[in-house]
Amino acid sequence: VLPEKRTLKLLKSHNINVNWYMYCPESAVILLSTTVLENVLQPFYFRAGTMSKLPKFEIELPAAPKSTKLSLSERDIAMATIYGQLYVLFLRHHSRTSNSTGAEVVLYHLPREGACKKMHILKLNRTGKFALNVVDNLVVVHHQDTETSVIFDIKLRGEFDGAVTFHHPVLPARSIQPYQIPMAGPAAVTSQSPIPCKLYSSSWIVFQPDIIISASQGYLWNLQVKLEPIVKLLPDKGRLMDFLLQRKECKMVILSVCSQMLSESDRATLPVIATVFDKLNHEYKKYLDAEQSYTMAAEAGQSRSNPLLRRPVRTQAVLDQSDVYTHVLSAFVEKKEMPHKFVIAVLMEYIRSLNQFQIAVQHYLHELVIKTLVQHNLFYMLHQFLQYHVLSDSKPLACLLLSLESFYPPAHQLSLDMLKRLSTANDEIVEVLLSKHQVLAALRFIRGIGGHDNISARKFLDAAKQTEDNMLFYTIFRFFEQRNQRLRGSPNFTPGEHCEEHVAFFKQVFGDQALMRPTPF
Amino acid sequence: MAAAAGAGAGAWAAQEKQFPPALLSFFIYNPRFGPREGEEENKILFYHPNEVEKNEKIRNVGLCEAIVQFTRTFSPSKPAKSLHTQKNRQFFNEPEENFWMVMVVRNPIIEKQSKDGKPIVEYQEEELLDKVYSSVLQQCYSMYKLFNGTFLKAMEDGGVKLLKERLEKFFHRYLQTLHLQSCDLLDIFGGISFFPLDKMTYLKIQSFINRMEESLNIVKYTAFLYNDQLIWSGLEQDDMRILYKYLTTSLFPRHIEPELAGRDSPIRAEMPGNLQHYGRFLTGPLNLNDPEAKCRFPKIFVNTDDSYEELHLIVYKAMSAAVCFMIDASVQLTLDFCRRLDSIVGPQLTVLASDICEQFNINKRMSGSEKEPQFKFIYFNHMNLAEKSTIHMRKTPSVSLTSVHPDLMKILGDINSDFTRVDEDEEIIVKAMSDYWVVGKKSDQRELYVILNQKNANLIEVNEEVKKLCATQFNNIFFLD
Repeated sequence: VLPEKRTLKLLKSHNINVNWYMYCPESAVILLSTTVLENVLQPFYFRAGTMSKLPKFEIELPAAPKSTKLSLSERDIAMATIYGQLYVLFLRHHSRTSNSTGAEVVLYHLPREGACKKMHILKLNRTGKFALNVVDNLVVVHHQDTETSVIFDIKLRGEFDGAVTFHHPVLPARSIQPYQIPMAGPAAVTSQSPIPCKLYSSSWIVFQPDIIISASQGYLWNLQVKLEPIVKLLPDKGRLMDFLLQRKECKMVILSVCSQMLSESDRATLPVIATVFDKLNHEYKKYLDAEQSYTMAAEAGQSRSNPLLRRPVRTQAVLDQSDVYTHVLSAFVEKKEMPHKFVIAVLMEYIRSLNQFQIAVQHYLHELVIKTLVQHNLFYMLHQFLQYHVLSDSKPLACLLLSLESFYPPAHQLSLDMLKRLSTANDEIVEVLLSKHQVLAALRFIRGIGGHDNISARKFLDAAKQTEDNMLFYTIFRFFEQRNQRLRGSPNFTPGEHCEEHVAFFKQVFGDQALMRPTPF
Repeated sequence: MAAAAGAGAGAWAAQEKQFPPALLSFFIYNPRFGPREGEEENKILFYHPNEVEKNEKIRNVGLCEAIVQFTRTFSPSKPAKSLHTQKNRQFFNEPEENFWMVMVVRNPIIEKQSKDGKPIVEYQEEELLDKVYSSVLQQCYSMYKLFNGTFLKAMEDGGVKLLKERLEKFFHRYLQTLHLQSCDLLDIFGGISFFPLDKMTYLKIQSFINRMEESLNIVKYTAFLYNDQLIWSGLEQDDMRILYKYLTTSLFPRHIEPELAGRDSPIRAEMPGNLQHYGRFLTGPLNLNDPEAKCRFPKIFVNTDDSYEELHLIVYKAMSAAVCFMIDASVQLTLDFCRRLDSIVGPQLTVLASDICEQFNINKRMSGSEKEPQFKFIYFNHMNLAEKSTIHMRKTPSVSLTSVHPDLMKILGDINSDFTRVDEDEEIIVKAMSDYWVVGKKSDQRELYVILNQKNANLIEVNEEVKKLCATQFNNIFFLD
């Protein structure tokens, strides 16, 4: 089609005997039914003005009694994109001769290149009239007789027999939630109460992927999946997580699942909680890795050469630490009735899971752990965690430890250790030492790292004076006089250093003659 | 001439014979029990050796009591700690009010042959370090308390009679395990050796412990050890300290691994025959398949200062990893429970133990030979009781083998007493005999002792070496210069 010239140009033509055809606009593939049995399907793929022929494939028909004609009906075939892949769905009816349990939906995977393969079979375990929809990567099969629908997720684990995976419905069959149609009539007539739409009526026509038309009432519906009710219906939390993580609008539901499994009434066991955390962090890590490789490639300038390189999209399934912290953990920790052993165990499981996937733990999680431990006076536990570096070093953490010193004296030592390991916290170390009146230690430390030329004399002299130890004051004062001599050639302090009162104090205690004499060059 | 254990050195042709310090007597008394004349015998709660005549016992106890009373007038707050005489040294300890424990140690002796063939006995008074043996005495009480509770509690439960029974039963055995000739600086510390681990494995162990405590929900406290070193303690520090000493010096050495035992060893026959995992009980039922197996576990007393808890001690081991489960003593432990514990803990602990082993080997390979203990040092942190020694090679109940001359160990002890006198941070450098330098460093509740052997080294070089050691081996902690 050439829209600007408003003409059609014949590009290519093929000669095939066709019974019927089906076109999927999403993937630009047309399926032609050939042969007498109508079950050999020939796909063609349209792209960029060309039409390429894909290898044809045959659909196995169920054995039928001799009276009925065996053929593949167009109504039993649907094409849909599930998880980014094109599938041909064949609704295989119950064959009365064999001992099959019921109808099935057979999924044939149609790749861009290569042959079509039978990949999945969705077991329906019933017979009758069915209709198919695909919503949010889920296959929804409507059963008219029971007026219910079942959902299948092909990414959930099924039974694999070496060639094909058999799937069972995610949940027992339920009906579509009825919708109340507001009736709008002429303004003169009082508005009637809304009438429910007729579900599963025989006047329904189903279109891919998620369209249902109820011809009798004149409405066109989009089918949607509601996730919240599923939470209560799937007891296996691992399977529930697997299911939710594949859905589009899953974030809040997943967070509510996490909150619920930590609640007093519905408490899950630690192994289950650990599994859930692991699944979440698996997704999170996948996203982080994709981000990182994109950033590295972009920085290396490859984005221009490789047009396929796109910034990874963050789906709702990616729950990072701030999500979990804000929505789940902070409320969980506040609950008074929780046994503290369980609270700590859950926090440690989350941290372990993050570590297992090599995700750097954010400092607010560490703070949460420390606060909880302090709250319950579990200081020895805290000490051991710090000893083994479970809580990674950070300046905020070191400051938090310092503040705990009045409750737990070893916190001072732990905090100094952490500051030293941080190696960017020398100023803080000096402050800590000075606050403990360890003036000499602070000075020696600064000298050891070579920063003694830059420190403020006044700060140290103030601290020395506060100790009321005159000999200490003398020592510190002398040190700075020597520093002045070395830097400026004279032992006197510059006005900018604001040490006048200390000079006066020194003269008062030790006398004028104790002041250092300037040595001439 | 370095004799770390055993009496006598060399052949009879040697001029000198050395006798190490030995326990002369040990007694416990309470002066309140026999304040009046004629009742002195009631004061004595325990006396070793028991064969000594009654009057002599009373005399010895009376002497100690008198000395303590007398010295109290000069120092009301700090009672006498020891009495030095030429032949022996007496150590006093008052662990609970009015209950006194006294240990009398014979000074080490050198027997020389004089010119006229008569042996001359020379008592070496200065060789014994007060602090070392005072600490040993304190540990005697702590160990007693771990297994029997406090003296006061025994009095409440059954009066003097019960207390005397318990003391007799415990100390009779315990005193035989005291090896006074090999006590040194480490006894002063009473520290715990921690097993070095990376973060991930540590978190896995935490996860394991939490899950075990959840499944066996009657467990109150847990401790996890690997290779005789502590990784995690759910008990408070003071209790863990003495439990650790018990585990490493008494319980673990008694149970060598069946895998190490020979094929015909009787230990192998006792194995329950469970090939799925290597877990087994070190305390409690030996054979879970035997329906008559007794489920008796040793009882320990912890938190005696506040909540005073009596607990069953279950020690369960798989390969080199050992877990201690402590359960309230009021709970009856049945064979079913033991079987359940075995089935839950055994497989997971086996997997965990091999994980730890693998991780440890990886770490050792990565750090390579730089971490080889070229330096002989002892490190101790008063805050978390962590101790590390490259001098002591193996801690067995009988002997603590040190690779340095005992004189050097004595110098370490002297430096330590110097440290305890002052609160501030200190560094002391001592030149010992023949090219040995000993450096002691104290910084904010941590003590480090280094022994260097360098020919013709001077003070500055020694200082530099120690600084290098601090930078490489201890770069994780803050050592003040």
